[in-house]
Amino acid sequence: MTETSATRGLIFNEPLLWEIGKKGRIGFSMPENDVPDSPLDKRLTRKDSGLPDLSEVNVIRHFTRLSQWNFGIDSGMYPLGSCTMKYNPKINERVASLPGFAGAHPLLPDSLSQGILRLMFELEQHLAAITGMDSVTLQPSAGAQGELCGMLIFHAYHRKNGKPRSKIIVPNTAHGTNPSSAALCGYRAIGVSVNEKGILTPEAVAAIMDEDTAGIMVTNPNTLGFFEENIQKISEIVHSKGGLVYGDGANMNAVMGIVDMAACGMDVLHLNLHKTFSTPHGGGGPGAGPVCTKKHLEPFLPVPRIIEEKGVYSLSNDFPDSIGKLHAFYGNVGIMIRALAYIRSMGGENLKKASRLAVLNANYIKEKLKKVLHLPYDRICMHECVFSDKNQNPTKITTLDMAKRLIDFGFYPPTIYFPLIVKGAMMIEPTETESKEEIDRFIAAMEQIVEEAANQPDLLRNAPGKCKVRRLDEAQAARKPCLGG
Amino acid sequence: MKDLSELNLPQNVLYTKDHEWIDTTKDTIRIGINDYAQDQLGEIVYVELPQAGACLNKGDVFGTVESVKAVSEVFMPVSGEVIQINADLENAPELVNSSPYEKGWMIEIKASSPDEIKTLMDREAYLKFLEGIK
Amino acid sequence: MRYFSHTPEDIQSMLSAIHSGSMDDLFSMIPDNCRMKKTPDIPPPLSEWELIQKMEEMSGEMPSSAYRSYLGAGRYEHYIPAILPYLLGRSEFSTAYTPYQPEVSQGTLQAIYEYQTLTSRLLGMDVANASLYDGASALSEALFMAMRITKGKQIAMSRLVHPSFRKVVSTCLAPTSSKIIELPYQKDGTTDISTLKEMKDLGAVVVQSPNFFGCIEDLQKVSGTIDHQKTLLIACFTEPIAFGLIHPPGDLGADIVCGEGQSLGIPLSYGGPGLGMLACKEAHVRNMPGRLVGKTTDLDGKPAFVLTLATREQHIRREKATSNICTNSSLCAVTALMFMASVGGSGIRKLAQLNHDKSEYVKNGFKAKGVRIPFSAPAFNEFVVQFDKEFSEKYEKLLQEKIIPGLPLSGFYPELKDHYLICVTETKGKADLDHFMEKVTS
Repeated sequence: MTETSATRGLIFNEPLLWEIGKKGRIGFSMPENDVPDSPLDKRLTRKDSGLPDLSEVNVIRHFTRLSQWNFGIDSGMYPLGSCTMKYNPKINERVASLPGFAGAHPLLPDSLSQGILRLMFELEQHLAAITGMDSVTLQPSAGAQGELCGMLIFHAYHRKNGKPRSKIIVPNTAHGTNPSSAALCGYRAIGVSVNEKGILTPEAVAAIMDEDTAGIMVTNPNTLGFFEENIQKISEIVHSKGGLVYGDGANMNAVMGIVDMAACGMDVLHLNLHKTFSTPHGGGGPGAGPVCTKKHLEPFLPVPRIIEEKGVYSLSNDFPDSIGKLHAFYGNVGIMIRALAYIRSMGGENLKKASRLAVLNANYIKEKLKKVLHLPYDRICMHECVFSDKNQNPTKITTLDMAKRLIDFGFYPPTIYFPLIVKGAMMIEPTETESKEEIDRFIAAMEQIVEEAANQPDLLRNAPGKCKVRRLDEAQAARKPCLGG
Repeated sequence: MKDLSELNLPQNVLYTKDHEWIDTTKDTIRIGINDYAQDQLGEIVYVELPQAGACLNKGDVFGTVESVKAVSEVFMPVSGEVIQINADLENAPELVNSSPYEKGWMIEIKASSPDEIKTLMDREAYLKFLEGIK
Repeated sequence: MRYFSHTPEDIQSMLSAIHSGSMDDLFSMIPDNCRMKKTPDIPPPLSEWELIQKMEEMSGEMPSSAYRSYLGAGRYEHYIPAILPYLLGRSEFSTAYTPYQPEVSQGTLQAIYEYQTLTSRLLGMDVANASLYDGASALSEALFMAMRITKGKQIAMSRLVHPSFRKVVSTCLAPTSSKIIELPYQKDGTTDISTLKEMKDLGAVVVQSPNFFGCIEDLQKVSGTIDHQKTLLIACFTEPIAFGLIHPPGDLGADIVCGEGQSLGIPLSYGGPGLGMLACKEAHVRNMPGRLVGKTTDLDGKPAFVLTLATREQHIRREKATSNICTNSSLCAVTALMFMASVGGSGIRKLAQLNHDKSEYVKNGFKAKGVRIPFSAPAFNEFVVQFDKEFSEKYEKLLQEKIIPGLPLSGFYPELKDHYLICVTETKGKADLDHFMEKVTS
């Protein structure tokens, strides 16, 4: 590789906001007061809030410069495993900001909310069609809140049956949010290991499933990038002991329109609109984590629910078995609008094609890179593949070093050190929106890095060298936390 | 990370499967985490220890050790009462990295069932155990 | 499809590189009975222009800018500076992931560090986190946090905490053993804390200020009533602009402050996304939920920012984490930061005063026309009125005249028939307000 995508550019230093501020400036077009002054009792008012005063130009330049220190999907390939960093279509942004949506107060009477209720209702129906499930709530604000919603449904279901349970099965490949969400409902997570093929076996689940176990949480495809082929058998085992099956749909991008989650035995499934359905991740959120259920669990879904009668939509709280509310209003509607825009732009066939291309891209990377990197599970993968730094152990080059070096080549690093069952894991999810050329460049970069690891390891240990900052002292940050200025 | 041959594992202490060390040569027993454990964790940023006076059983969690990206519980090698804790670790948790057996000790205890000491491993046994898990 | 780059030749050459005959081979491990029998029933793809048309049709069914709304109650209509959507459109902010790789995420990281700082200042607290989903989830998280710290069994919660927040809290606490005791409100529209002293095993007290009726609570008095070693004061809010003018909860003895930050430049968007804000005293930081950004240095000693104290979080501590939150409301936090930077300290004070003045103008106007204002405690930009029984018919008529005259309260407080919560912000001119009062009272 001779020329990398990342080259030099003018990067500005930019002080902290309060170092720029000067009393007397303002960056806001303040309306004149046209009503009489009405001062509050002095005992109630504060002296100064301590916010800095800046002009509009100060603010624009500050944030423009900050933005230039960031890497987004629009900058380049962002192969973060299990995060599905696909292209975020711009038309979605435009429609989400339509004034009728953006300016809608959540307590408008239903008669004045028909447009948005219809939009949400349609999205619910499309998500049901894509997953094969029966009912949908859009209320959870993110995947982890979707998981909490699911666990609350498990809890309410078992309580309604008069037999609260205390345990939940969570595979050792699961995201940390799974055991953490289950713990919020008082469930003790019981681990189960995948087999030598990287998937769960019915035997392993049968060995621990009992009548004090509320059910199982399964990510399918799992975080090793494999489809849980035994999912139906596993579901049968869990159901036979009165348990429920939770599907973590974080990796739904591999199987849209291909796998029927209801047929797999899932009772509850969450989706991540900010992964599979192309809404931007915003540097950490907001996202949305709709939850789909089978018919028999519909009564437990959060309220209010959207009801349609003869083309008229309304919000109803009339569901006595509901777990209650999870959001002050109806969830992250702005994200729902973007997701609906995506689904309608794609249509059913293209959604399916997206999954097929995502899987093709991942397998292409897996086949090419397994020649140079250690591949702990060498099988056809789905949307992502997991390598390790085992081949680099002799030179003491780690996954972290390779990840940091990748930045110098103009790529965001993959997810590293996850899943935990692969030591020094490097989890690569290209998504369908990366072209063959971009992926070839990524592969070439990785190949060169592996070579450097053997011959010029210090290049990696000192990487990255092309960013605004070099590697950070994270230990200092945690030992003496400085969390504000 | 260190190879087995690079580990500093003194002869005068005993070891547990959870990688604590225990010094039983003096009147009060000292406990900490060994070189292998500190090396696996990486730069230690926070150590949480029990109150002096706490009575704990063998195998009970007596504290947690945090690095930037990992957290690990530490367990009582033998039952006993905590007599003293190493207060220096509050402001200098890195002592566990730089001096795991000296300045980075964690607690001193009075053993309530001294017989339990017999269940612990000496250097050779521990090394063998490490070879098994590596 | 314009989001794909693969030509048929690309697909062929990739398939042959991985020794697969066809795309179907890649899915061969999926058992037949797990497969979808037909393509999902979704209408055919729309072109950009068809999509805009469809979306405009739906957004056109919503109230237009010709409407004058006096709805508040947890979400507030405020002016949003034009620079905000412009800056937020910079895709380096919007299309980035959680800043796990700090070297290529300094923009988000510095912005969140600045957000934490300005939030702490606005709320009068030591440390703010990088955001939670919304105000309601921030309150549940604050309660989990407080119960973890105090190990108390009961929670005293004012009835004037936003009713939806209280519902979310009951949902989230349902599987736990924590018990919630409601504190009633007194005649002046503030919380009655007279029973607080006798309550046993109290882990937390929750009071919202300005409260759901818009009234400013005496947090200092609540704080003085409890033993903070055993019971934490959680001050909740829905209208942070108030703290540009009135004492912030941190100055009045709150241990944890949490609430909704939508007012700070975030569009209403039918209630979401919002911004869950949470701040606490330094001593409790290791029990805090959510991400934190800290300042450090790089290898060259240059100042830089990084996610820190991550061992509290689910991806490391799993079932023992302080919260299950992963994705939060980062871009909304950046929005709030941009808003706070634009208005500034002097500006937010003026803006808050403007809200208060306009709201008082309408309150006094109603009073002068003989409308009953049931609660006398000082308010910020919302207040409760009691209209005559016939007003419900007029309400419908006013909707047709494109006036949304506040929120009927009987759905939330059955005892408050014919009571309405009215919110007035800087977005209404005097002419609007006079017209509103005229229409309502005529």
